[in-house]
Amino acid sequence: MSLKEPQTKLYATAAQTKVYATKEEPLADLKSNVRSHTVGTTAVVYASDYLNKLTGERIERECKKQLDSGARALVIDFSDTELVNSIGISILLGIIDIAEKNGALVVFSDVNNETVQLFEMLGLTRHVVLAKDEEEALTNLSTSSKAMGH
Amino acid sequence: MEPNTQKLIHSFGALADLGQEVADTGDFMEMVRTSLHLLLGTLAIRRGAIIECPTHHLPEDKSTNLLAVWGVGEDYQPKFDVEDADRDLFLKAPDGALLVSALVQSPKSKVQSQNGTGSGSDRVEDVATTAPASSLIFFDRYASQLQQQGFDLIIPMVVRGELTGLVLLGGKASGDPFTADDLEVIKSMVRHIGVGIHTHRLLGEVKQQVVENRRLYEDLRAIYRDTVRAFAAAIDIKDKYTQGHSERVGKYSEIIARELGFGEEEIEGMAIAGYLHDVGKLVVERDIINAPYRIDAKQSSELNRHPAAGYEILSPIHHPYADIPLMAKYHHERMDGRGYPDGLTDEQIPLGAKIVTLADSFDAMTTDRPYKTRRTFDEVILDLRRNTGSQFDPIVVIAFCRALMKELTGETKKRRFAKMLGKNYLDATKDIPLLTQLLAELDPNTQTAAVGSGS
Repeated sequence: MSLKEPQTKLYATAAQTKVYATKEEPLADLKSNVRSHTVGTTAVVYASDYLNKLTGERIERECKKQLDSGARALVIDFSDTELVNSIGISILLGIIDIAEKNGALVVFSDVNNETVQLFEMLGLTRHVVLAKDEEEALTNLSTSSKAMGH
Repeated sequence: MEPNTQKLIHSFGALADLGQEVADTGDFMEMVRTSLHLLLGTLAIRRGAIIECPTHHLPEDKSTNLLAVWGVGEDYQPKFDVEDADRDLFLKAPDGALLVSALVQSPKSKVQSQNGTGSGSDRVEDVATTAPASSLIFFDRYASQLQQQGFDLIIPMVVRGELTGLVLLGGKASGDPFTADDLEVIKSMVRHIGVGIHTHRLLGEVKQQVVENRRLYEDLRAIYRDTVRAFAAAIDIKDKYTQGHSERVGKYSEIIARELGFGEEEIEGMAIAGYLHDVGKLVVERDIINAPYRIDAKQSSELNRHPAAGYEILSPIHHPYADIPLMAKYHHERMDGRGYPDGLTDEQIPLGAKIVTLADSFDAMTTDRPYKTRRTFDEVILDLRRNTGSQFDPIVVIAFCRALMKELTGETKKRRFAKMLGKNYLDATKDIPLLTQLLAELDPNTQTAAVGSGS
């Protein structure tokens, strides 16, 4: 799967995500206050309610850390996120860049409608996959991974 | 929501944030970094850099300074030389943007502008060549490098006719070309950022100027103080019996002023007045000053010219402190009007002159003269008691006594009086009661405090 090509939205059933649920490793980073955990070689990072400079930089650091630790895919979960401003967009683009350089996939999960529209309008959706929620993201990453023979 | 409306709201939000960011003078580098994020995030541009150009005040310095970069990698630290011709080119297109790819294909400047009606779907195209080929040094040198790094646009930041810097931008995440509307948003934001950088520069220059002025002022003050000291030494050398008199009067005056609660500037001014109070003696014959006997009336009249002469000498000088010449002129005036040169009374005499009067008299009483040895402390107290109100202002005498009391009781660790009077002159056991009594007579409110501090 090439990150540079437009992606279709992925959907998955709850049953498909159970495989990963048992491998969860809580990695909440208290210092940066960014919640994250890994499922296999996928890191799930939770964005905060308002993605701005402060929170964006924390997420960026966490994503870099996860990629340096060997993550092959990043799921950024926006379930708590109500608003993403310009700085947030810029930082997300930076994360996408770094992930691309590391050969890692990026999935945005549980993004609200308004933010989806913003991502689509700005073209971010050409570089990431959108998933309904974390489970769906993990499931589809697993499917993609198997399809690619990883 | 319509995409165009959403885009507009997103851009307005970014502009509002940028305005706030630029107005914040706290952390300059953070301001630039955030501004770059705001610019990139507004149109989802994947990479960008903000580069500061050297000011034209420093023609020898051509190198740019990278302020912020995003999306290129932390290792990318570009440094460009901006020649005068390049600067002219950028200044000639203050509202334009330069397309890197066009410059690589054909080394001539392309100014981006709006094509057609200016609707959001219009694409930016190269429309004009505004600079002669000789002015393309920058692009000859760097266009390929910029393209390799993924930069598509160069936007000059021009503030008040000065090239403040350059903004380098990569392509949009959407992969679409920049539209004319995009370019308007970019230029508007770049202008904001340019103003922020320009303001920071101006503030930096002002701060530097303030520091430099303060240093110069301190140097001047030091030179002034040294000159005054040299002057005081010159005055005292003329009088072989009163060496160090001017300096001591300066120090006593300083002590009294401090006790009276003067500010630091005024205290320093009082010290200077003390140093210079006898400057008029330079015009008095040495024989009269050094006479080893009581001088006669004619000689006394000649000697009494020195306060007015001092005033004449000091008046043309622009002293950093007020009334120095007047303090020299009136340091022999008396409260009862029997002093000279003008026979002023009480409130006609400046407080500073009254301070110098007491400091001068105290030093005269406590140093050996050719015709008599110095007085004991008891005798000095007696003189003060007798002459306070007629010669000396009680306020000044009280302040002087309090300062001396503080040293004798150990309330202050400084031994300023002892240093000037010699260590055996003062005797706390004997002198504290004398001072306490005098203070009680002059100011009943002082008694308790003085005795209390002595116990």
